[in-house]
Amino acid sequence: MAKKKMIKLPDGSEYEANRTSNSKYFKQHIWLYLLLLPGLIYMIMFRYVPMGGLIIAFKDYSPFKGMWGSPWVGFQNFTKFFSNNDFPKLLTNTLGISLLQLVLYFPAPIILSLFLNEVKNMAYKRCVQTLVYIPHFVSWVIIASLTYQLFNVTDGVFNIIAKNLTGSTFDILSKASTFWGLIVGQDIWRETGYGTIVFLAALSGVDQELYEAARVDGAGRWRLMWHITLPAIRGTIIMMLILRVGGILNTGYEQIFLMRNDLNLARAEVFDTYIYTKGIKNGMYSFSSAVGMFKAIVGMVLVLTSDRVAKWFGESGVY
Amino acid sequence: MAKSKSGAKVKKSLGDRIVDVIIYVVLGLIAISTILPFLYVFAGSFATEKELTEKAFFIVPTIWSLNAYKYAIRTANILRGLRNSIILTAVGTTMCMLFSLTFAYPLSKSHFRGRNFVMNMVIITMLFSGGMIPSFIVYRAYGLYDTYGALILPGLISPFNMIIIKKFFQGLPVELDEASYMDGANDLQIFAKVALPLSKPVIASISLFYGVGFWNDYFGSMIYLQSAEKYPIQIQLRSIILQSSAIVDNMANDFDMYGTPPDKAVKMACTVIATVPILCVYPFVQKYFTKGVMVGAVKG
Repeated sequence: MAKKKMIKLPDGSEYEANRTSNSKYFKQHIWLYLLLLPGLIYMIMFRYVPMGGLIIAFKDYSPFKGMWGSPWVGFQNFTKFFSNNDFPKLLTNTLGISLLQLVLYFPAPIILSLFLNEVKNMAYKRCVQTLVYIPHFVSWVIIASLTYQLFNVTDGVFNIIAKNLTGSTFDILSKASTFWGLIVGQDIWRETGYGTIVFLAALSGVDQELYEAARVDGAGRWRLMWHITLPAIRGTIIMMLILRVGGILNTGYEQIFLMRNDLNLARAEVFDTYIYTKGIKNGMYSFSSAVGMFKAIVGMVLVLTSDRVAKWFGESGVY
Repeated sequence: MAKSKSGAKVKKSLGDRIVDVIIYVVLGLIAISTILPFLYVFAGSFATEKELTEKAFFIVPTIWSLNAYKYAIRTANILRGLRNSIILTAVGTTMCMLFSLTFAYPLSKSHFRGRNFVMNMVIITMLFSGGMIPSFIVYRAYGLYDTYGALILPGLISPFNMIIIKKFFQGLPVELDEASYMDGANDLQIFAKVALPLSKPVIASISLFYGVGFWNDYFGSMIYLQSAEKYPIQIQLRSIILQSSAIVDNMANDFDMYGTPPDKAVKMACTVIATVPILCVYPFVQKYFTKGVMVGAVKG
């Protein structure tokens, strides 16, 4: 991200990086450093100190002995986790939800953008956009509450109608087998509209004359889409895919936490909910820190790898 | 078929027009399916319990009633939650903006020495974090447990939002700086009097992002807040959705004056109360946030 561009600076040669000494520069721009300071202190106190706190993953932490006083145990917490029966279950659920998201939810905003791009009536387009952005701003608590009011077995709208039509009800809220679909369904409903913004932004940069010219040459709708529209958002698609793959272990715990219950728990326990239950509920701080650290490291490797792969294919990447 | 040759306007074939119609209809259906759950809950919150149990679906109640709202306000501590959320959102958003703007400004200057070091520091936090448990222990050690500080301070600067702001600052014309330096202004004066007034679009959209985050937060409050009188609206709403039936049973006698205890309608009313503030702000900020996001969409 840092391009070594030599600095063409406001008031002349004084500002050229290789002329001014550091101390002189610092004095001249003391206010810039003072402006940066609060944020820097924040970064250290609230981002880096907790990273240091990860040492408890290698300790047997007890609140009474404190972070430093607790005895070291090496990799014991990690081996305990990997040999645990919960581990394969967590991995299955996390990957299951993520892959389902990748297949069903990831293409949704792209398809919607392509549709919106075909609309020539601006008022209609803006109206649709305004409406589909809304769910993104609504909390998971509210979405969970809407879901409950629409789909619960006793008096949910969906089940009342289903009962009138087919005579039977569908209990999707408290069955393990429907949980992944439920989560991905909510994601699609909530984020598809908002997800179009980046793609529409990329499309707004396309020269309309390209379409005109191709149309005069006899290109139909599909060819325009294939040769002009899709290439225009290719970079964006790849960038979003990197982010998606990088976040494959992040299944959104607030949402899952709100939708899970005793009946669907078999398919609903993912890394984040597990860390919460073991750590904060049961007080197994060191053990769940180890789980968290495992997740964070794998996540980082995934992001960096997919970024590298994208660059390999000639895309700009994210980092 | 239609052979379109010369002429600026290319005529559409019948097939093309059919596809057009399909696209418009599908988009309409998508928009409706987005908004319908809200309309139903909105209508249901004003309906009588009788209508809610008898009719499967409606978006206009036959008899309008405020019972559910009266009930929600009287029993469910919803007003307290609303007040807490408003305070939390206002204070939190202001602080986040203060920290993010001041942090992003120096980093937006290409001549700023130490810029790469600090940017790398930020990017590392985007890639890796201590995670839930070490953060919990550290913030508790700071004395933040059961205070709003635990909800506000950890998120003061979101790296993503900060980068959007930084990009925006970078887009401001350099000549402005030049002119101000000539006039003898220092960096603080330029920041406050030149850069900030020009940054309304990005300030509006990032404030919206932070504000929505505070308003919608559930998990943070659940982990860090212990005293019920500090609970924000989302926690109140959640407990109402889970427990309302029980509360209604307890209060049934008290409620005879209003007729049947509106269990279902109360849940809906509380949902509406928690949703409406967001929907009120949304139209005013919408024009800004699409722009703001676009700026940020280009890689950081």
